[in-house]
Amino acid sequence: MSIRERLSGNEAIATAMRQINPDVVAAFPITPSTEIPQYFSSYVANGKVDSVFVPVESEHSAMSATIGASAAGARAMTATSSCGLAYMWEMLYVAASDRLPLALALVNRALSGPININCDHSDAMGARDAGWIQLFSENNQEAYDNMVMAFRISEHPDVRLPIMVCQDGFIISHGVENIELLEDDVVKNFVGEYRPEHYLLNASEPLAIGPYANPPYVMEAKRANLQALENSKKVMLDVAADFERISGRKYSFFESYRMEDADYAMVIMGSAAGTGKDAVDALRSMGIRAGLIKVRMFRPFPASQIAEALKNVKVVACMDRTESFNTVTGPLGADVRCALYDAGIHAKFVNYVYGLGGRDVTVASLTSVYEDMMKIAADGTVGQTYRYLSLKG
Amino acid sequence: MAYNFKEYMERPDRLTAGHRMCAGCGASIALRNVMKAVHPEDHAVICNATSCMEVSTFIYPYTAWQDSYIHTAFENAGATCSGVEAAYRAMSKKGKIGGTYKFIAVGGDGGTYDIGFQSLSGAMERNTDMVYVCYDNEAYMNTGIQRSSATPLYADTTTTPVGTVSNGKPQNRKDLAEVIAAHHVPYVAQTTFVQNFRDLHIKSEKALYTSGAAFLNIMAPCPRGWRYNTPDIIDLCKAAVDTCFWPLFECYDGEKWVVNYIPKKKLPIEDFLRSQGRFAHLFKPENEHLIEDIQREIDRRWENLLTRANA
Repeated sequence: MSIRERLSGNEAIATAMRQINPDVVAAFPITPSTEIPQYFSSYVANGKVDSVFVPVESEHSAMSATIGASAAGARAMTATSSCGLAYMWEMLYVAASDRLPLALALVNRALSGPININCDHSDAMGARDAGWIQLFSENNQEAYDNMVMAFRISEHPDVRLPIMVCQDGFIISHGVENIELLEDDVVKNFVGEYRPEHYLLNASEPLAIGPYANPPYVMEAKRANLQALENSKKVMLDVAADFERISGRKYSFFESYRMEDADYAMVIMGSAAGTGKDAVDALRSMGIRAGLIKVRMFRPFPASQIAEALKNVKVVACMDRTESFNTVTGPLGADVRCALYDAGIHAKFVNYVYGLGGRDVTVASLTSVYEDMMKIAADGTVGQTYRYLSLKG
Repeated sequence: MAYNFKEYMERPDRLTAGHRMCAGCGASIALRNVMKAVHPEDHAVICNATSCMEVSTFIYPYTAWQDSYIHTAFENAGATCSGVEAAYRAMSKKGKIGGTYKFIAVGGDGGTYDIGFQSLSGAMERNTDMVYVCYDNEAYMNTGIQRSSATPLYADTTTTPVGTVSNGKPQNRKDLAEVIAAHHVPYVAQTTFVQNFRDLHIKSEKALYTSGAAFLNIMAPCPRGWRYNTPDIIDLCKAAVDTCFWPLFECYDGEKWVVNYIPKKKLPIEDFLRSQGRFAHLFKPENEHLIEDIQREIDRRWENLLTRANA
């Protein structure tokens, strides 16, 4: 029996962590993810988990300790936001290179500067090339579900990679919504016991991790990391199928919302997808063929699947909640455009930067994107392909 | 068990031959001897900061370490070791560990005094059950002899070069052992290669088998960086302690200070400086006052230590 609750995104993640009962959690507080280690510390303090909590002195040390614990043979996790993830950046690559299946709950927040505590995806995008799996969540339910599924994906022998579960800061992390939780023993059985094959604390087989590698080995190591990411696509689908059996909730690379006959498609990630769906519903009621793709798995990027979903649309609008300063596209825009090009799809393409530093994203603002797409279709030309949404004056 | 040199040296090597450290390197001498302090029936995990030691002992696909070993980055040996130690506690509770493990973080002075200082301080403040071993060769040797906060006053390094208007490093060195003692950890000790290694062996074993955080600061001369005749390393270490440049001491719980060696006749600092190329400029007649500066600081710190130890 599932449990009906009302929880914030941070509470949902912390609840999943309690149910997973990892061996080690190492974390350092940063808004808006601070509550996660706080809740978890209270579970430790009250004997609700068996975990060892390491209250480190920085995020760099949080990731370093999580790496150390995972390498030692523990199921290990951490949580952070924004500059905290940026401070971990060096170590993110090490975690992936060492093929450690640790998990990170990311509560998306703008990177400084100017310093700002509100949501955008610049933190996660800074980590997109680190060799991790990245899953995005639309709401507290998805954040919870993604976290419950995380270790099954990351620890799979064909994968063995770190995984990042992303939710939008404040909008999800602090917004209390209805949620369906799984029972503790159902999660425990679903996640299963962690049995690493090689680990530091195996007395019968000492192990050395993190070598100096000369040029004959580095490319092969990176290629192996890439293969593991490629493998994670199938593993993610298999885990999602198992998860559907215990939860009734269905997950895949992305969610296609009213895309069957869509002429105008928005590609978006995170909480704003929910707002976008409201815009789609309103447009559909006016007879406009609007649709939306909400990307869940951003790394590895499901390029061929997304191209397939977009093959019949007239105009695609990609929504990037970050600025990557290449002056042409945002990171999601670049990946989608690349997918379309490779598939020989010539839909008109426009890319928006939106919602930086917590700038409001409303049904009206996202509706204006669909109106822009209709104008592009009518005019037959895109004009400026890289645009800012809701920019003042 | 009382210390016995022969028994100690007969223990199996845990840092084995075949690594690629320079001939006569102080760091490899230090770590080979520290590692022998792990009782033969016990296991260890070494957490090594990026350093000469790391890039020369674990070049894929070879390792010179008989125990489990992890390197992750330059500035985080303390934190990485904290994670390994936390895993040990968590997995022990679940009955997943066979045997007793010792956790040893290893860094040079760059990875310890400077870039890894925050991570080290955190691990010490949390009283992590580990030993942090700093092999202090008084500069960033792995990148080519740049000054660190462990570099002594007036040393010639590649970022404090002696020049027409420079006498080498203008600042005194940081006293890191004292800083770590201020964390009030159970055990802090400073040592080097003297007394046929007795001091280093005893302190290593004490550090490893003291519960909680311990810090060992080992002066480990670097023949390339210090520019002395490589075979003279033991004479150089003896001069370091006889001039009180590198006092041998311990501090328990941040309170009880013990000076392990008080020279019968404290030698002038020139006896330590003279054989080293990095101090050659100090022996020009016009630079006599620079040696006086060094001597003054050595004397001041030595007197402070004696006062603290009530010796």
